[in-house]
Amino acid sequence: MKKLKSIYLALILFFLYAPIVVLVVFSFNASRSRGVWAGFTLDWYRALFRDTRIMRALYNTLLVGVLSALISTVIGTMAAIGINNMGRKSRRLIMNITNIPVFNPDVVIGVSLMLLYVTIFSIFRRGELGFITLLIAHISFSIPYIILSVLPKLRRLNKSLFEAAIDLGAKPAYAFFKVILPEISPGILTGMILAFTMSIDDFLVSFFTTGPESDTLSVVVFSMARRGVNPSINALSTLMLLVVLILLFIINLRDKKRLTE
Amino acid sequence: MKSKLLSFPYILCMIFLVIIPLLLIGYYSIIDFDGNLTLNNFSQVFEPMFLRIIWRSIRLAVISTAICFVIGYPIAYILASRDFVKKSFLLFLFIVPMWMNFLLRTYAWLTILENNGIVNTIFRALGFDGFQLLYTEGAVVLGMVYNYLPFMVLPIYTVLTKMDNSLLEASADLGANRRKTFTKVVFPLSIPGVASGVTMVFMPSVTTFVISNLLGGADFLLIGNLIEQQFFRANNWYFGAALAVVMIVIILVCNTFVTLFDKNDDNEREAKRKHEKA
Repeated sequence: MKKLKSIYLALILFFLYAPIVVLVVFSFNASRSRGVWAGFTLDWYRALFRDTRIMRALYNTLLVGVLSALISTVIGTMAAIGINNMGRKSRRLIMNITNIPVFNPDVVIGVSLMLLYVTIFSIFRRGELGFITLLIAHISFSIPYIILSVLPKLRRLNKSLFEAAIDLGAKPAYAFFKVILPEISPGILTGMILAFTMSIDDFLVSFFTTGPESDTLSVVVFSMARRGVNPSINALSTLMLLVVLILLFIINLRDKKRLTE
Repeated sequence: MKSKLLSFPYILCMIFLVIIPLLLIGYYSIIDFDGNLTLNNFSQVFEPMFLRIIWRSIRLAVISTAICFVIGYPIAYILASRDFVKKSFLLFLFIVPMWMNFLLRTYAWLTILENNGIVNTIFRALGFDGFQLLYTEGAVVLGMVYNYLPFMVLPIYTVLTKMDNSLLEASADLGANRRKTFTKVVFPLSIPGVASGVTMVFMPSVTTFVISNLLGGADFLLIGNLIEQQFFRANNWYFGAALAVVMIVIILVCNTFVTLFDKNDDNEREAKRKHEKA
């Protein structure tokens, strides 16, 4: 029975990993046609780094990811503190609205924001889709994730700590940075990482809200993949996978360290 | 008191970037090119051609969800059982692919399924004719199952690991064999996990755009592709908006379904807490 279970799990893992392995292996394949192995090459990686469109898209992706994560972290953390101090009714109302972007399909988010932008452009008779519209879109779908990771930390916070700091003569702002912020910072960090990942991973919302000059990596990959297989994408995927694995490794190490402490 | 004001920027953001855009979709869905009120966009949705596409989206999503359930439940069950020592590592292995970009994971299948791809090369080497794998319904379903299988496994796994072991012991003590314990105790208790797994697979499947576009080809339309087409190619935003409303309705229905199960869960928890207090 146990053997059967092992075989089953192995099959599923094969199913999950086979495409990824193929992707990685064929990024080193000298032949452009994917069926056959024609020797090892690094040509596709060279082509990748020489492709200005991909390099610019990489830059856009990282810039939007970092900026939207930072901005949404500030707005989201402030919002979480505010929501935490609200009455039951208004808190419930706001949390229901917060859940909308989480459940809303990406297509609907993309279309709705595009309609908003175009409406605004037509009212002011100026403006076009580009980096700013992309950034605003990413901020709008990231904030809820910040709130959802900070709010539980705030809930568990001991309220008398803040009061004690005030009683001991701290100004509210000082008390916030010295007492509350250190307590909720793990939640803020989780939210920020989540927001960054969501932004980097997003395709559809970017697809609808960005202009031709500010494509993100996924938009470029999509338009390339639409035309069929391209070994440069394989090379790109391999590099991205490597980054993800290193990130996961670091996070795991940190967790282990915390556990042993 | 003052700290409530801190959420003001967020509330503004939500009003301008979530609520107003959604209202705009609603507005666009009930006007025509000249800006007059009309219900024509919605009656167009019910034309056979478009109805067929919506029906196909729902059908493929249901098939994918069913396959994910059939494959995923045993995975969750095996992972939750104590048969394997390195359980957390195994679970980790299931989650790693989810960290890879969704688009690239879907793209990976192109290499495998295309006409000169690996599967066909192997078939040809064995002396068979190659056959069309890419740009079929099967390829789309495969893409959905591949991408969303972890969404089915994780919630079920969570429910199963949280299950009280003494319930299983009680069932065995009362004379039930393993199969009966499973059908009468384990499975019914895992239904909340199944329900959230089902929604978490069904919702992205029914709204997908990428999977159907890459693996189904440019002419293979699901409702997500139809919406994109109205905005970028047909330039009929009003009909596109009406289709988006239809999609929202499908999602809302699906959501109500899962909260129904969650409510039951909450009620049970409430009852349990009261019981403990007493």
